[in-house]
Amino acid sequence: MSQEADANQTLKRTPLHGLHNELGGKMVAFAGYEMPVQYPLGVLKEHLHTRAKAGLFDVSHMGQAFLTGPDHETVAAALETLVPGEIAKLGPGRLRYTMLLNEDGGILDDLMVTRSVSAGDDGRLMLVVNAACKTADYAHMQAKLPGKVKLEPVEDRALLAIQGPAAAAVVGQWCPKAPELGFMTATSAEFDGIDCHISRCGYTGEDGFEISVAAARADQLARTLLSHVDVEAIGLGARDSLRLEAGLCLYGHDIDETTSPVEADLVWSMSKRRRAEGGFPGAERIQRELSDGPGRLRVGIQPEGKAPAREGTEIAGADGTIIGVVTSGGFGPSAGGPVAMGYVQSAHGAPGASINLLVRGSARPARVAEMPFVPHRYFRKKTV
Amino acid sequence: MAEMKYTEDHEYLRVDGDVATIGITNHAQEQLGDVVFVELPDVGKVCAKGEEAAVVESVKAAAEINAPASGEVVETNSDLESNPGLVNEDPEGGAWFIKLKLSDKSELDGMMDAEAYGKFVAEQS
Repeated sequence: MSQEADANQTLKRTPLHGLHNELGGKMVAFAGYEMPVQYPLGVLKEHLHTRAKAGLFDVSHMGQAFLTGPDHETVAAALETLVPGEIAKLGPGRLRYTMLLNEDGGILDDLMVTRSVSAGDDGRLMLVVNAACKTADYAHMQAKLPGKVKLEPVEDRALLAIQGPAAAAVVGQWCPKAPELGFMTATSAEFDGIDCHISRCGYTGEDGFEISVAAARADQLARTLLSHVDVEAIGLGARDSLRLEAGLCLYGHDIDETTSPVEADLVWSMSKRRRAEGGFPGAERIQRELSDGPGRLRVGIQPEGKAPAREGTEIAGADGTIIGVVTSGGFGPSAGGPVAMGYVQSAHGAPGASINLLVRGSARPARVAEMPFVPHRYFRKKTV
Repeated sequence: MAEMKYTEDHEYLRVDGDVATIGITNHAQEQLGDVVFVELPDVGKVCAKGEEAAVVESVKAAAEINAPASGEVVETNSDLESNPGLVNEDPEGGAWFIKLKLSDKSELDGMMDAEAYGKFVAEQS
């Protein structure tokens, strides 16, 4: 296995690398990092534990960066030339999901944008981008942004996610501000005396938080969370099955440079103003698809039998013609059976439509399904 | 008494007369992780050596189980279809996949015995 050892030497490590090894994490290469795909609990139980209690994920491989400028209006306007999301009206301490687009309206990456909560920081946005895309994203933004808006990649911070119905109670034990946050809002806070930036968001469909913390304090913070009886460390394997059940896209699989936000069924992430005004790369294609409908559409797929359909599985219509392809698929532990998503010709995209999955040479019946496969349980603040 | 044979694809054959009971080894199930789906052939199917005989899928990936020797499928373990997790719990016992009536027992020559397979696994890890 000397080849693997050589390859591992070029892989980057997160600040939690030592902890992963100590916990028995099975380390694999992912987006240039050595990351735990699972711990001794195994993918299935890690998945179910996250939905039942709380799972801790190391997502430090993801790119964290600041966009800074003289004021929010200027920075938002600059970012809006690159993404179709509503950034101008993003309130202080709020997060938004959007995507960097190429000139054809294809997706270069999807990202989270957070506006700083503090008025003294007006003109500062925090970005979280995909690990595999971050170098290209930064180069793209640096080339396109006007001089008065600066991109500052953050290399000395870790990012932890804690997800699941117990997440708020767990985090609240050391950070009383956290459970007060609404869904898709963020704040600076102290966690057991450690300065951090905490957001109520995630990638599992469950309630939860992402915590950005100085690399040097990440191990201490992670161990504190893991000391809680409800918390287990969760690897990339369960992260993938959790997000698939939640109907969330994985970049490079469900969305890429050829897919537009309309084809990817991400129109909800664009405001009415931005759909109408355009002003983002590929606006012509995207507005045309908005008015005429896209040629293909990302849909949920529910196989009728028990056989999982994996990424790359061809999708056929009733007459046998190929009408699409599976982009993510596997077994959904909480769904209790196979689940998938993929692209089909729009004419076949209505929920309930009968399709066939060509698994190992034989056509297996499936239906176009509403997503998510497992209901989202995001935190909603109760209004009195 | 049945004789145990092992392949480099981590399949075992429990050979009793001219019938081999075939499954995957404990090492194989450890590598696969949680098994969530098993697809078995029809009884009566005639397999050439190396031909796909069954499919096992874990949360991570799908793997084919190829017939380690030529023969006719005389029985399949339908317990696995309703309880695929049995492959993780009892791979070399209750979680056998198929029974194959061997058409050429000389194909077993050169397969590993338990001791040789143990060494093979140790060298691989």
